[in-house]
Amino acid sequence: MINFKRLIPSSLVIIGSLLSITQSQAAEEVNVYSYRQPFLIQPIFDNFTETTGINVNVVFAKKGLTERLKREGKNSPADLVFTVDIGRLDEVVKANVVQGVTTPTLNENIPSQYQGPEGQWYALTTRARVIYASKERVAEGEITSYEDLANPEWKGKICTRSGKHPYNVALIASMIAHHGEAETESWLSAVKSNLAQKPQGNDRAQVKAIKEGVCDLAIGNNYYYGKMLMDKEQSAWAHAVNIVFPNQGDRGTHVNISGISLTKSAPNKENAIKLMDYLSAPMAQKMFAEQNFEYPVKAGVEPSALVSSWGKFKSDALPLKDIAKYRKLAVKLVDRTGFDN
Amino acid sequence: MHTFAHTTPLNKRFRNPWFISASLVAVMVGLPIIAVFYLAFFPEENIWPHLASTVLPGYISSTLILMFGVGTLSLFMGVGAAWLVTMCKFPGRKILEWALLLPFAVPAYVIAYVYTDLLEYAGLVQGWLRALFGWSSSKDYWFPEIRSMGGAITMMALVLYPYVYLMTRAAFLEQSMSLFSASRNLGHSPLQSFLRISIPVARPAIAVGLSLVLMETLNDFGTVDFFAVRTLTAGLYDTWLNMGNIGGAAQIASLMLIFVVTLIYMERFSRRKQKQFESKNQGHALEQFQLTGLRAGAALLFCALPVVAGFLIPVTVLSYYAYHYFEVSWTSNFLNHAFNSFTLSVIASITTIALGIMLAYSKRLNSTGITQLLVRFSGLGYAMPGAVLAVGIIVPFAAFDNAVDDMFRQHFGISTGLLLSGTTFAIIFAYTVRFLAVSAGSIESSLAKVTPSMDMASRSLGHNNLSTLFRVHLPVIRGGILTAALVVFVDCMKELPATLILRPFNFETLATHVYQYASDELLEQSALAALIIVLVGIVPVIFLSKSISSTRTYNKKT
Repeated sequence: MINFKRLIPSSLVIIGSLLSITQSQAAEEVNVYSYRQPFLIQPIFDNFTETTGINVNVVFAKKGLTERLKREGKNSPADLVFTVDIGRLDEVVKANVVQGVTTPTLNENIPSQYQGPEGQWYALTTRARVIYASKERVAEGEITSYEDLANPEWKGKICTRSGKHPYNVALIASMIAHHGEAETESWLSAVKSNLAQKPQGNDRAQVKAIKEGVCDLAIGNNYYYGKMLMDKEQSAWAHAVNIVFPNQGDRGTHVNISGISLTKSAPNKENAIKLMDYLSAPMAQKMFAEQNFEYPVKAGVEPSALVSSWGKFKSDALPLKDIAKYRKLAVKLVDRTGFDN
Repeated sequence: MHTFAHTTPLNKRFRNPWFISASLVAVMVGLPIIAVFYLAFFPEENIWPHLASTVLPGYISSTLILMFGVGTLSLFMGVGAAWLVTMCKFPGRKILEWALLLPFAVPAYVIAYVYTDLLEYAGLVQGWLRALFGWSSSKDYWFPEIRSMGGAITMMALVLYPYVYLMTRAAFLEQSMSLFSASRNLGHSPLQSFLRISIPVARPAIAVGLSLVLMETLNDFGTVDFFAVRTLTAGLYDTWLNMGNIGGAAQIASLMLIFVVTLIYMERFSRRKQKQFESKNQGHALEQFQLTGLRAGAALLFCALPVVAGFLIPVTVLSYYAYHYFEVSWTSNFLNHAFNSFTLSVIASITTIALGIMLAYSKRLNSTGITQLLVRFSGLGYAMPGAVLAVGIIVPFAAFDNAVDDMFRQHFGISTGLLLSGTTFAIIFAYTVRFLAVSAGSIESSLAKVTPSMDMASRSLGHNNLSTLFRVHLPVIRGGILTAALVVFVDCMKELPATLILRPFNFETLATHVYQYASDELLEQSALAALIIVLVGIVPVIFLSKSISSTRTYNKKT
């Protein structure tokens, strides 16, 4: 039988040691709340630690970090928020938990359209939301724009992830910015009626569905193509599709960003700014390009050879703040059209 | 309900240490729940009208269908298997007795992934069928779609039925044989006796098991998200993360709490007039039916199927991937992650069980409406999706930390920073709040079977309530306590969303490690960690399952 009385002191010791693990911290450090998986960014952080001697501590979660930051307030240990999607960056700004910062390095490396108001966030990479088209079943030039996705000829042939995923929400928000609410709603309804199956899975799963013949077209971020090629099983999916950069004849392809913000509380502000500078510098930008197949924001740093092989494309010049502005309306349209049902 | 204190005047009750401690626990675990209600009632932007007019009816109906399906299937598998292995003899019974608990160690999101991998168009099964029959595309044949409501029901029932099995089996083992023999002597067939005696007598335990299954179903996110089944939980995350509206999410969470409260009251209502006590010292030895031939085969099949589908197949697939992706998945931090998972789960089980015993026992001592309500209220944390609970914990913890910090700055000129937020204490607190319903429920149902004459005897021999608890009740309900400890431990090992949000810097458990890959459909690379969660989970499953079986002999000795 378990002796409950004897367990108490030993469990107290364990609690104590667990707490002390979290309390004992090195002198030089910077704390990051990250919405991005550690395995994507760890090599870059490791490199930073090697060059500067500053340790990078990370908490990764895909939800709740903004809320945590908000509640921890001025005592929050976090220095930086690392996230993807303009919507989330806009959210931390609105939650009033980040502060503006400018440095000569950041200004030099990051073009002004990729800087938040008063330096409250900085984009580090961009990614294009493209159309993946079946190599076998879709001829080149058969689809050229997001608007084409609403065309009845594609009935039962399109796959996508949930309409409410931030990547799709941003795309729909950009449609609202260009065409207005009413036209976007009818576009969305038409796309919905062209779907081969209920929205499900992530961007890779859509490419897989093309490979399996479930559909002919899918919407997805283009870096996934590179990532699928790196995987034993998934490379066959990637080989089944072509990448189409939509709207090259007019406004250009919709792009989104990944970015970073300095928190208001930032106990290690100096180190945090060093890390921000570092992430915008050619070395880290090159690593983003090579490892994640994203587009570096710094001019002069080339995308990876693979990404370059997809060709240059014109990206939509719509200011990111407009996308952020229509985000909530976009989600409501998804509900109104029953897009995810 | 028999009570010891129904005539106690109110002012005296407030001097009763059991009542006071029960109230304290209820307040403590109630904080996150109150925080969520607060967020729901004071939203920054009220999104409720939009939700109610568009997506809410769909969320509610799919939630009800899912709960009904998972509940029915879990009852069928759990009660049936518990009865067969307890009351019958057939080949393989000894192994199945504990093996039936194994699927419990498999997280629902993992089994969902594994079966999708096997059963989807590109999967092994359909590929094999196409090769066999010469079909060339999905248009040539019909195959059930795994990513569907039916798929979600099956997956969840396969890993949740052990709740029902565990509770029901413990109840069958504790049941006095004399009742069953009487029924047999009066001319009922074994099946009739099963339906008329064993099931009604075990009903409190079955109800506890079933309500755990239903609550798990209600707050599951991983599986429904993966299968694109839009339940309330899925809608809640949607509102929170994609619409950036935590108030709307809290409103849906509050609606879910109403579901749970209704559930609890329906269960209470169904057995409101029922009260039975058994005197253990009159129990006969278990008399098992020897099954032979076809019947033995059918019993074997019935009990083996859940184990094969819920455990053997997923573990085989995970092992295959773990082997093939070993280089990319093995990292030096592995043992550290496992240590974190294990330590957190052990500590959380101990605190949860201790508080559970306290709550259940104060309820026994002081069975008034208020105590009943306090105990019910303490269980609500289980009904909340983990991530919402985490936010509910962040709110009061950070408020406390900042208040202490302000006070110290003002009076002593020093900053205490964050004392509780972002520590492992917050995680253990979350686990305790979340799983208190599991421990309190199962301990309560064990305690309910101890006849009050034992309390009375102990009290008249001069023992006070505390000493009666340690000397009489805890030894007698040891089986129930171990069952509860097992369930809580395994649940903590699998817990993901609250851990993710509350954890300190650079802190990984096995579950968070699995998640960072699985969330990107790269489960192959995290198969090793998933496998370890399952394996670590089955060690206590086996150990404790043996202790439960031994309660039978233990009871005979008393």
